[in-house]
Amino acid sequence: MATQLQLTPAPLRARLRRNRLRVLLFLAPGLVGFAVFLVYPLVMTVWLSFTNSNMISPARFVGLRNYRYLLDGDPLIWHAIRNTGWLVAVMVPAQVLFALGVAMVTARLKAGASLFRTLFYLPALAPPVAATVAFVCMFNPNSGPVNRILGLLGIHGPLWFNSPGWSKPALTLLALWGSGTMMVIFLAALLEVPAELYEAAELDGAGSWHRFRYVTLPTISPVVLFATVTGVIAGLQYFTQAMVASQVANGNIQPAPGYPDGSTLTFPQQLYIAGFNQFHAGYACALAVVLFVVAMAFTVVLLRRASGFDIEEAPR
Amino acid sequence: MSESRGGPVTRTARRPRRTVAASLLAATALLAAACTTGGATSKADTGADDTTPVTITFWHGLSSPHETASVNAVLAKFHKKYPYITVKAVAAQTDDKVNQAIRGGTAPDVASSFNAANVGGWCSSGAFQDLTPDIEADHVDMSQIPKAVQSYTAFGGKRCTMPWLADTFGLYYNKKLFAKAGITSPPKTMSELAADTKKLTTFNADGSIRTAGFMPYLGVYGMLTEHLVPSWGGKWLTADGQSNVGGDPAFAQALTWQKSLVDWFGAKKLVTFKAGMGDEFSAQNAFETGKLAMMVDGEWRNSFIKNDKADIDYGTAVMPAADGKSQLYGAGYVGGNVIGMPRGAKHPGAAWKLIKFLTTDTDALTTLADAIGNVPTTKAALDSPALGLSKDPNFAPFLQVFKNPLTTTTPASADGGAYLTNFGHFVEKWQTGSVPDLKAGLTAVDKQNNAALKLGQ
Repeated sequence: MATQLQLTPAPLRARLRRNRLRVLLFLAPGLVGFAVFLVYPLVMTVWLSFTNSNMISPARFVGLRNYRYLLDGDPLIWHAIRNTGWLVAVMVPAQVLFALGVAMVTARLKAGASLFRTLFYLPALAPPVAATVAFVCMFNPNSGPVNRILGLLGIHGPLWFNSPGWSKPALTLLALWGSGTMMVIFLAALLEVPAELYEAAELDGAGSWHRFRYVTLPTISPVVLFATVTGVIAGLQYFTQAMVASQVANGNIQPAPGYPDGSTLTFPQQLYIAGFNQFHAGYACALAVVLFVVAMAFTVVLLRRASGFDIEEAPR
Repeated sequence: MSESRGGPVTRTARRPRRTVAASLLAATALLAAACTTGGATSKADTGADDTTPVTITFWHGLSSPHETASVNAVLAKFHKKYPYITVKAVAAQTDDKVNQAIRGGTAPDVASSFNAANVGGWCSSGAFQDLTPDIEADHVDMSQIPKAVQSYTAFGGKRCTMPWLADTFGLYYNKKLFAKAGITSPPKTMSELAADTKKLTTFNADGSIRTAGFMPYLGVYGMLTEHLVPSWGGKWLTADGQSNVGGDPAFAQALTWQKSLVDWFGAKKLVTFKAGMGDEFSAQNAFETGKLAMMVDGEWRNSFIKNDKADIDYGTAVMPAADGKSQLYGAGYVGGNVIGMPRGAKHPGAAWKLIKFLTTDTDALTTLADAIGNVPTTKAALDSPALGLSKDPNFAPFLQVFKNPLTTTTPASADGGAYLTNFGHFVEKWQTGSVPDLKAGLTAVDKQNNAALKLGQ
């Protein structure tokens, strides 16, 4: 290295150094932001997960105690894991499929396309808390319009947000109603599929399913992958709607996380309760580390499975 | 010196690495230190004689217009007494916000809470300052505050909060519905309560509940386990702070009584009815609209009924006692607002003056108690002729509960009452019929609660 450096003329070395400094200078805002808002919180979270921190008094190192409590002590964590797992496995695919379906329908509309696109997108603009409150009221088994309409059709409506078996499907309906953003992204991708590809496929005798499978899907697969990855991460972090729905459905001024019967208690909610209600910030950090690792694992697996498949086949 | 890439290069490379490692360690230590709030305010800085004009911030959880107006009226009296202290009151603040402000170093000078369950966490973590030096310096007569009330406002030998009015719980009943059902007096035992419930309940043609005599489903309005088990004399924690719900038969007895009434209604019917009960703190409250004939609630409901202008002829009574435990008739649950000085309060001297005024000044206590319909927390205020509430027959049962020596509370724990959260989840399963063995279930809750209590140590 020293020999190589000696062979390099001094003015050139100085120019290289100046170039590097300039690059660093331009990168600095990003690097500082990355360090302050990602690296620092991440490092601190990992460190605090090995302590008895309550974020008020000085923390003490407790080894793996928080992780042991997670596996064999917390009476509610498995509820939370099961519920979050359900949301990722059912709600996220349902949301992706629904958004894709709506986008495909609105992409084909000849008349009133803009109106329908706007109508389907509008719910996404509603603040999550307000939307959830409205949704719980609509699905109120006693006085809500949904069960009244079902009653007119001779169907005895379920208890929705007041039933352990129906609360998560009800939250899924809420997610479908609010999937306008995902719909718009799919719509943009669908409108980018070259029309001549469809024409060629039709000439080759491809039916609508084959056109979708071999033309549409490969073309929009990067967008599907994006929607799935972001959907899974959002599913793992699902908090606000579940928290609000449980409290509104319970009708009590006291927060009722998980109501009814722990069915809406999600992993991030349990993290919040441990850290902010029960003074167990160290344990909450352990939960956050687990959540981060799981989210990262999902992302890596999804990206690896996607690579070399549809994306590479996508026509350019 | 060798020109090879061995020795010298490696040594020079290691030095920066060590420096970097040391810097990282130092930075980590600094950052770790940054994750705790600043040091507690020095108690020497009480500013007892300091009359420099100062503005202090006071966060409280009261939010109804009549409540905030009442607080402001009392604060005006404080300002008259201490003209150099201006209080900036911020209403509708929650414990979560207070905790976050303490962690962020932006805590108010004085904060109050409805939730005494958090006192344990605040005292043990140092989130709220120990007021003992101020109490001793000002010779505050703590014997003016009943023992039960003193117990839920301190933890682990630290008095980090003072009681700021108390809440006791009793039975509200609709006189018109009682008369219609031929019931002449409120129930005194739990068997009578169950029998009256059945008489008062009416159903629609489709079998759904039209009027519920009583709502036995736990978690609805004031029908919480902590308000029910005092009728059986249940104690949540043992003397050494361990969970006691499996060890104390009162819990199994109370839950068995409660479940039998839930089963009489049918859990699904109750849940459907509950969904249409209306918001607890609104004029649509089911008791205020006549859909619920009896309910457990705090003394404040009297004030809400008046302010909501509810068209209801009602009476109040102490909670019925469990059968065979008549000595508990007249006792009940007491909890209440607590008030303290968060860590990092900028004006501790003025803050203490406000806390002392609000919690020990008889005029301040009776004025606020009368205005928002809460129980005053000193004996002098309770006995004061100025206390208008003492002349209200619907308030009398709540004062009776407050004075009863067998009245109990939910004791403070270092984890902010996590034992109540765990128990609440267990109860949800129990009342929907998912717990086959009650005794085993309660023993498991004890184990969970004790594990949670150890986590913060």
